[in-house]
This record gives sequence, C-alpha cells and structure tokens, in this order.
Amino acid sequence: MSTATNVLDVRKVNKSFHDPVTIPVLKDVTLQVKPGEFVSITGKSGCGKSTLLYILSTMDTDYEGNVVIDGESTRGLSGARLSAIRNEKIGFVFQFHYLLPEFSVLKNVMLPALKLSRKSEQEVEADAMARLKELDMQDQALKMANQLSGGQKQRVAIARALINDPLIIMGDEPTGNLDSRNSAIVFDIFQHIAAEHHRSLLVVTHDNDFASRTHRNIVMDDGRIVA
Amino acid sequence: MRLLLVIAVTILRAKLKQSIVAAVGVMFSITMFVALLGFMNGLNDMLDGLILNRTPHVRMYNEMKASPQQPIELSEADPTTHHFIRSVKPKSELQKLRNAMGIMHTLERDPRVLAVSPRLVAQVFFNVGTTDLNAQVSGIEVEQEMRYYMFSDYLVQGEARDLATGNNTVVLGKGLADMMEAKLGDVVQVTAASGDRALLRVCGIFQSGIAEYDKVQCYASLKTVQELLGQPSSYITDINVKLKDILLAPGMAKELAQRFDVDAVDIQTANAQFETGSNVRSIISYAVGVVLLIVAGFGIYNILNMLIYEKLDSIAILKATGFSGADVRRIFLALSMVIGLVGAAGGLVFGFALQNLIDNVPFVTQALPTVTTFPIDYDPKYYIIAVAFALVTTWIAGWFPARKAAQVDPVEIIRGK
Repeated sequence: MSTATNVLDVRKVNKSFHDPVTIPVLKDVTLQVKPGEFVSITGKSGCGKSTLLYILSTMDTDYEGNVVIDGESTRGLSGARLSAIRNEKIGFVFQFHYLLPEFSVLKNVMLPALKLSRKSEQEVEADAMARLKELDMQDQALKMANQLSGGQKQRVAIARALINDPLIIMGDEPTGNLDSRNSAIVFDIFQHIAAEHHRSLLVVTHDNDFASRTHRNIVMDDGRIVA
Repeated sequence: MRLLLVIAVTILRAKLKQSIVAAVGVMFSITMFVALLGFMNGLNDMLDGLILNRTPHVRMYNEMKASPQQPIELSEADPTTHHFIRSVKPKSELQKLRNAMGIMHTLERDPRVLAVSPRLVAQVFFNVGTTDLNAQVSGIEVEQEMRYYMFSDYLVQGEARDLATGNNTVVLGKGLADMMEAKLGDVVQVTAASGDRALLRVCGIFQSGIAEYDKVQCYASLKTVQELLGQPSSYITDINVKLKDILLAPGMAKELAQRFDVDAVDIQTANAQFETGSNVRSIISYAVGVVLLIVAGFGIYNILNMLIYEKLDSIAILKATGFSGADVRRIFLALSMVIGLVGAAGGLVFGFALQNLIDNVPFVTQALPTVTTFPIDYDPKYYIIAVAFALVTTWIAGWFPARKAAQVDPVEIIRGK
C-alpha cells in the first residue's frame, strides 16, 4: 500500500429513503481520506452525515455510486467479503459503547482479532493487553464489560477498534455520550492514533469544538457536502 | 468455528436460567421417549413372548376332514352324470402325518429352518373317582421344546427334564391339576379315546397364563403318548417348525403345504391380532415421544427468539466488527445445538435411570410365572433414535431464529438507539 493511495475514496454516492415517499438523503457525495488524516464530518441533525458514515462502513449497501476502500471497490461485493473488509480494515467507535456484556473487557478487545485469526490466541491476548495499556485500561482487563463507566467503555471500544491495525477508524458521535473530561481524553487518543500509528480517522460529530481541532472538517447540509 | 462455539457458549452461560430451562425441556422429552419406548417394547416383547415363544412359526398337520375329491368324482364312466353323495365322513387315521420322518429329515436340511420338532396330540380322559375329565395330551420331544419353545419357563412346579427321563410321566396344566387335586409325585389314571388305560406320574405343573388352556392341557413325552395310543414310534400328528426368520413363515407354510400335501399354518395367520397389537403400541409410543420432542423444540424456538431479541445489540456489534451474517447464524445454531446436546445427554442418563426404576417395580402376573417386575427393553436403538430426533428437532428449532439473527441489520440497531 503506497501512501499515495487514498484509504477511502467515495464517488458520487446518492441515497434515498423510500418509506413512505422517496426522500433523497445523500446527493452526489464525493470525498477522499488519505492515510493518517483525521477527518470530521459535521452538520445539522438529519443532514445525512450518519447515513453517509454507515455507507462508508460497508454495513449499508443500499445506495448508488461507489465506495472504494484501500483500492478495492465495495460495489456488489458479497456480505461475507464486506464483513471481512470491516474486520480487517475498519475499526468502529459508536456513541453507545456497544461492548458485549457477556464477555470480559479483554475478550471484547480480542474478538475481532480472533475472527481475523491471523495470530494465535496468545499473541492476540498480548496485543489486546498492549492496546488496553496504551489507553490506560490494563487494570480493568478482566472486569466484565458492563462493570465499567461510560468513559472507560469508550476507551475499551477504541482498543477494540484498533486491535486489527485497521486502515481507518470510523466514529459515530464517539464523544456524544461523554462528559467534557472524557471527551478530551478520547480526542487525545484519536489524535495520537493519527499521528503515531498513521491511521486515518473519520468521525461524525456535532461537537464543533471537536471538529475544529481535526485536520479537516467536512460540513454537510441537506445531503450535500458544503464545505 | 471454534471461536463461534466459544461465543455461543458464553452467551448461553450469560443466560444460564433460560438455557437450563430449554435444555431441561429437551432432557425431559428424551427421558420420557427412552423410558416410554423401552417400557412399551418390553411389554410388547413380553406379550408377544406369551404366544410367540410357544407357537411354532409353521405348524404342519392334517385337518380332520373328508377328502375334497371323492372317488366317485374320479370315475370317468359317464361325465354327464351327477352324484348325490352327502355327509361324507372323514377317516380317523387321517390325523396321522404320513411319512412324518421323511418330512422331518428334509426340513432339518433346509437352511431357513432353525428347529423341527414332532408332536403327537391326542384327546384323553383323566379318571378322577367316578368322573372323567376331558383333556388334551401333547406328546413332545422334551429337549427340543425346552430349547426352542421355552417349555421350562412355564413350569411352576417340577423339572422339565423329569418328563424326558422318566417313563410314564406327565406335566399337568395348573387348572387341570387343581381339579384333580394332583400334586407332584401323584399318580393319575388316563384313558385314551380307544379305551386303553395308563397310569402316569405327575412330574410337573405348568401355567401358560391362559386359564382355559391350563384346564385342559397336559404334556408327556412323545414315547409315552405313542404307547398310550398303542401306536408305533413313527406316529405323530404335528410337525412344528421354527424358522431363523419369522417373516418367512407365511411363504414357507404355503410351500410346505403344497410340497408335502399336508395342512400348514403360519404364525402370522394364526396370531394376527398379536402383531396388530404390537404395532399399535409401538406407533403410540413413538407418537407420544415425537410429540414430546416437538414440544421441547418449540420451547427452544421460543427461548432462542427471546434471546435474539435481547441480544440485538450484541449481534449488531458482532456484525460491525467483522462477523458475517453466516457467522451469526452459526453462533445461534451452535447455541441451539449445545442446548440440544446437553439436554439429550441428560435425557439419556435420566432415561436409563427411569428405565431401571420401572424395571424394578414389582409386577406379578398369572400369565408369566417367570416375570416378577415390569419388563423393559434396554435396546440401544431407542437411545440412538432419541438422540437423532433431539438433534434434528433442536437444529430445526434453532435454524429459524438463527436465520433471523443473521438477517439483523446492524445499522438499524446502532442508529436506532
């Protein structure tokens, strides 16, 4: 992978909701994300920024246009292949932390790597511990996921997003549910990921302060990119 | 696949109570299935044994009847005439099987035949004081009868072997012995239809379970009966054939009747009602067992559906982090199969225990003096069928919810919060 390749290349994406009447939500959205770039998307509620993010995440395939991830067009790929792309190349952080409550913190972080099964379980466990340590969460590793506070859960979710060394980390309001102190921590972690690990980040947020501190802020309005 | 199984088991452990309820449902139905079938078939075998053990697969005999073709019909004097001979009487000697020894030798060499045993059945009277009791004496080859027709199983007193070794010994039916107040070692007087008399020593008392039969039946050795009737040692009236495969009996009976020009009746024809009874009991027990399993299947289906509804978030996150729809389906199928396997294993253990329990319940019946507890058929066949049914049921019960889980749209769940 050369640095010249865009991690994410979005070409003329259109999407409409058809229920009960056809309403266009995305209109000719085109954007690129380069390696190591920290990009934020802002816009009013209902402007389509989250919808766009889920299309980019490959989870939503009901759109027109094309999304190219790491040089691979995702148009028409099978569900299994899209899952594999998500597993290997994309890390997710959501507003609600979405850890698996049945598993320990450590297992939660390990699961995507176990699914990828490129390393032995011992190596994956060591990796997961290293990620948790980076985020200062190593003491919580053996707790169950539902015993953590909101900020802690979000850090575990970030560790999980990082476990497979993805090309890009996508966030849907990752700080939306956190107090300002925890928001700051999460922002610092993101910045660190972009700078040190040279990973791309694409974060949807309504926090203008957060957005203003990223490398690039994309503003959306009524389904179009306006800035 | 191992990872998916680990996830399935972890989810099960987190929902331990529901999982146990589902597994207990399967366990209960397997337990009942195994116990019910074992018990029903034990009963079937016992009831069948009541008749089948003692009944030859093919019985060859001569029916006491007039020849179907009278000599006059063979006459070619004038084909236009019609004869008016009525009330033709049978000849008494017809009961004797002609060339019995030859038939027996031929049958013994037949590969389908397990055992051939001769019998001589005759009507006699027992003289008790001034009254005569009507009875039927069967002259038997004692060793053969013990080996192939469980003769000694039905003796409530005495030894079957004494019948073979002692001359002029007799085994009386229980009802008959009671009427004569005869005990072991007593001597009874018997009169043949021809008027010949003999004294026989009682060496055993048998009970078949059919009271009417026990009132009129008695057994002696073949030789004793031949002497009583004043007949040579080639004189027998029945040849009983036991086959290696009982299902061949109807065909064999037809074949033998034609080949040796005798009457032959097969066990299926003679005891059609028993087969029907056994089949009906088997069908009922299978039906009940399968219904139990289906009910357990619905239990699993319900619990899994509930589980999936509760786990929508987890399914969404699994999909978001790279697990495919097929992976999610396999997780929930594995979950169902784990419930099924655990339930089935428990069911087999409890089923065996319940069979054992039934096996130890006292069951005393006049019909079978050798039976003291309820009969159980421990055939592993029923265990295998039960497990196979359980796995198929849980697979089907798990498949529909699992498919639903696979189709969960993660975007809808994640955005819907």
